[in-house]
Amino acid sequence: MSDASLNSDLVRQSAATLATAIARGEVSSEQVTQAHLDRIAEVDGQVNAFLFVDPEASLARAREVDAQISSGIIASPLAGVPIALKDLLATRGVPTTCGSKILEGWIPPYNATIVERLESAGVVSLGKTNMDEFAMGSSTENSGYGPTHNPWDLERIPGGSGGGSAAAIASFEAPLAIGTDTGGSIRQPAAVTGTVGVKPTYGGVSRYGIVALASSLDQAGPCARSVMDTALLHSIIAGHDPRDSTSINAPVPDVIAAAKSGDVRGMRIGVIKQLQGEGFQSGVISQFNAALEILAGLGAEIVEVSCEHFQYALGAYYLILPSEASSNLARFDGMRFGIRVGDDGQHSVEQVMSATREAGFGAEVKRRIMLGTYALSSGYYDAYYGQAQKIRTLITRDFEAAFAQVDVLVSPTAPTTAFKLGAKVNDPLAMYLNDIATIPVNLAGNCAMSLPAGLAPEDGLPVGFQIIAPAMADDRLYKVGSALEAALVDKWGGLLIDEVPSL
Amino acid sequence: MHLGRLARLELTESEVDHYTEQLGQILGAIEAISDVAADDIPPTSHPIPVVNVYREDVALPGLDREDFAVGAPAWEDDRFLVPRILDEPA
Amino acid sequence: MTTTSAFESVIGEFDPIIGLETHIELGTNSKMFCSCSAEFGGDPNTHVCPVCLGLPGSMPVVNRAAVESTIRMGLALNCSIASWCRFARKNYFYPDMPKDYQISQYDEPLCFDGYLDVTVVTDDGPQIFRVEIERVHMEEDTGKLTHAGGAGRIHGATHSLVDYNRAGIPLIEVVTKPITGTGRYAPEVAKAYVAELRDLMRALGVSDVRMEEGSLRCDVNVSLSRDGEPWGTRTETKNVNSLRSVERAVRSEMLRQADQLRSGERIIQETRHFHEETGDTTSGRSKEQAEDYRYFPEPDLVPVAPSAEWIEQLRTTLPEVPSVRRVRLRDSWGISDFEMQSLVNAGALNLIESTINAGVSEQAARKWWTGEFSRIAKERDCELEDLSVTPADILEVEILIASGDLTDKIARTVFEGVLAGDGSVTAVIDARGLKVVSDDGALLAAIEQALAEQPDVAEKIKSGKIQAAGAIVGAVMKLTKGQADAAKVRALLFEQLGVTE
Ligand SMILES: [Mg+2]
Ligand SMILES: [Zn+2]
Repeated sequence: MSDASLNSDLVRQSAATLATAIARGEVSSEQVTQAHLDRIAEVDGQVNAFLFVDPEASLARAREVDAQISSGIIASPLAGVPIALKDLLATRGVPTTCGSKILEGWIPPYNATIVERLESAGVVSLGKTNMDEFAMGSSTENSGYGPTHNPWDLERIPGGSGGGSAAAIASFEAPLAIGTDTGGSIRQPAAVTGTVGVKPTYGGVSRYGIVALASSLDQAGPCARSVMDTALLHSIIAGHDPRDSTSINAPVPDVIAAAKSGDVRGMRIGVIKQLQGEGFQSGVISQFNAALEILAGLGAEIVEVSCEHFQYALGAYYLILPSEASSNLARFDGMRFGIRVGDDGQHSVEQVMSATREAGFGAEVKRRIMLGTYALSSGYYDAYYGQAQKIRTLITRDFEAAFAQVDVLVSPTAPTTAFKLGAKVNDPLAMYLNDIATIPVNLAGNCAMSLPAGLAPEDGLPVGFQIIAPAMADDRLYKVGSALEAALVDKWGGLLIDEVPSL
Repeated sequence: MHLGRLARLELTESEVDHYTEQLGQILGAIEAISDVAADDIPPTSHPIPVVNVYREDVALPGLDREDFAVGAPAWEDDRFLVPRILDEPA
Repeated sequence: MTTTSAFESVIGEFDPIIGLETHIELGTNSKMFCSCSAEFGGDPNTHVCPVCLGLPGSMPVVNRAAVESTIRMGLALNCSIASWCRFARKNYFYPDMPKDYQISQYDEPLCFDGYLDVTVVTDDGPQIFRVEIERVHMEEDTGKLTHAGGAGRIHGATHSLVDYNRAGIPLIEVVTKPITGTGRYAPEVAKAYVAELRDLMRALGVSDVRMEEGSLRCDVNVSLSRDGEPWGTRTETKNVNSLRSVERAVRSEMLRQADQLRSGERIIQETRHFHEETGDTTSGRSKEQAEDYRYFPEPDLVPVAPSAEWIEQLRTTLPEVPSVRRVRLRDSWGISDFEMQSLVNAGALNLIESTINAGVSEQAARKWWTGEFSRIAKERDCELEDLSVTPADILEVEILIASGDLTDKIARTVFEGVLAGDGSVTAVIDARGLKVVSDDGALLAAIEQALAEQPDVAEKIKSGKIQAAGAIVGAVMKLTKGQADAAKVRALLFEQLGVTE
């Protein structure tokens, strides 16, 4: 086998397969890492999934893991496998920009908890991935460093905010990636790139070291090309962290066992009435319905469930998120880290802070900071932020009532397939509608997965199928997801991602 | 624009006009929520109902100064240098 | 208490309403929301981490000891303790605040609705004023700004330097309800309240309240009203950092507001600055364009919900409260309420008690602190506790007086020398040529005899109560007819008993 074909073979393998081969000594982590670095060098000029790669550092780390493995220490079921990290994770000694110019050149002096967990699991970082600035967006067009392109069609968006992570996986630049999901930023990119992404239960994965967008909504999670790979990554990053006060101090549900079982016989699956029909593309609905039929054929009972207050979720979300974000992003003031603009010795601290933020933040960030500042300001708090928090209660109650009847809920992940770059940049309201099906989960704090349901007949682009489970029942996502995936693999003769055009 | 000042954003005039219009649109679109929830609905600030999470009062070493001083926009005498606080010129 | 006639005429025309917001740094090992050392000082920016530097991605975790200290303080102030409350973010931009918001508490304080009784000596004798407590809550301190290029002041500075060692130190904030009905005693009530708060914190062991290090900071609210009319506009004098300053700030603000009102001008709601040198206040930022803090519940921290058992367990750890302790000491020393209150107001109580514990007689201890030392403190315009004389110094001098080596008058000269920084008691005596006899053999014999005569005292010392040594030292001085060096006797005594001081 020539080097080139060995490399192209390696990058198309699942993380589980790579980990097994590395553990058995059939291939080294260094070879696997090199293959992915080569792939990045080859295609990232077109995709722009990565903001930072340091091949020497990645290879050095891979060699360390190889040495460990040859001495008999296999740190985890993913030891030696490379990963791409969303640029929202603080990485010691490695630039972290959050897709923003305001952090250009900033090198964190500490690691996020997730990064430490991955390191001790022997997972090798390939670099940092592109994203909408501070995770504000659904298309990765709001990055301060240019948009990421969807490998299915380079003219189209890869979803957002974690478009870089999803595109890296879909273009075989990495087998695994970390995303963060505040309103759908893991699931919607997964849907439009034909990959798998999970937003774990709020508090299931530590937020320490993840640059906050909206603290009560943010949750980091795994991205991969198959349900099993997602489960393997999930089990490594999840679990209690004393440095995050909102981290859940309880055992992590056994997602790997659930992904292995893939049995939905006797399960009750609820279709959310409010998340279909108007506003949803016809091919999205048809592929969603086809997947429901498969699940019914596997022995699940499909029922329709109504969640009356979901229609208010978008409104509540676009008050809570900007409010928390306006406060979380206050610290980007040019005083302790990041860029500083306009400090000529004449201007005051207020003027320099304002000039720095004006120059460093992009339009969407400024728009949301203004909206949040307004929603929290005296006289408006009760009508906006206070009211939005009550809607949150009503949505949580809708979920509770629904889960009293069914084991999981399902819906299309996003109302449409990937749209053209630039199509919605000047229409924030149209852009916000992308997250209509993913937002309720973030408001209530429970968990959800997106996995490919097929290609929409009208445009041949991937459609995402969303599975939603109660808080701390993340295993149910994997049970249902792996059942559907196995049936689809049988039908197609492989994963949907195998259909992605070669770049 | 008062909001810009409160948020420390030095906006240009055209930005102010643009944002004012867009914020109006966005707020209009989310107006629907304003009379959905009755007074007796409690607000949710934290999605998962956990209380009383504390650390023990033990002092541990923090960061080395060199680790963050290099990232400071301006640094002098082992401290962060910031522009003058008051608005009137010196 | 001197009251100027100008002040008298203010009282004739107006009623003062005062209110105090007091911030006190807790004496925890680590900071409020991170594990950095909370120790005072340190090289700039050496007690910092991602959390207290506000680095992106960092998250706070609450210090359990800070919550417990606040609950104990609340219980000691007769407050109700919230069964469920949240932290809130107070949003405003300032370079000494790393996150550009302060984690504080807003409409859900941990402790609320309490009171503290303070006694002030009035023309009709000691009188109790009940100060109602609105709330006690937790928050974090800011970093320290040093202004450069403007003689160290914020005005005229070209830039400033920030040290974040203090950022995140736990603070307790105690807010009173408006205090009415204090009339001419408003300044004294304000001072007595802060002194009482300080003593309470010390008694609870939640803070040393080192005022010289700025660990207690007061914001003083004052307004005036005419009889039967609604309360006037109030001003808030910021950062008044000593007991005397609190009293002076209230007094000068009453005088200033009265002048203003009499000349038909209105009082502007504003913050004011207090000037130690003059005792005056000057206008600061006008509150009419007040900051909009955009408070909202801190999403990075979960609610504080102390159980009834936890609160009751903390209640059992409360020490004797200062007011009860005063009654006990008053009875034990056999003095009147009035005398006791004078001692308290002079800030002499703790000093007298520790002097007695060192071995000095009750009478002599009171005499020195309320007499000579109070006079010197007044002259120097400082607090008694700021004087550099220790209980051990007083014991040493007392023993020399008892032995006839010093007269009372010469003793005062000795203290003057000590307070002037001329050295220890012995050094000052040597400088004045006083010869103190010492003979180890004779002294050891006398110590043995004294120990034999007071075996119970000997036991106490051995068990670590070294303050009991005073009784033995005194007996030795008697036996040697005052010929011995008290410090030497003390040293030999400890050597004899195998105790280290
Ligand atoms: Mg405060
Ligand atoms: Zn710290």
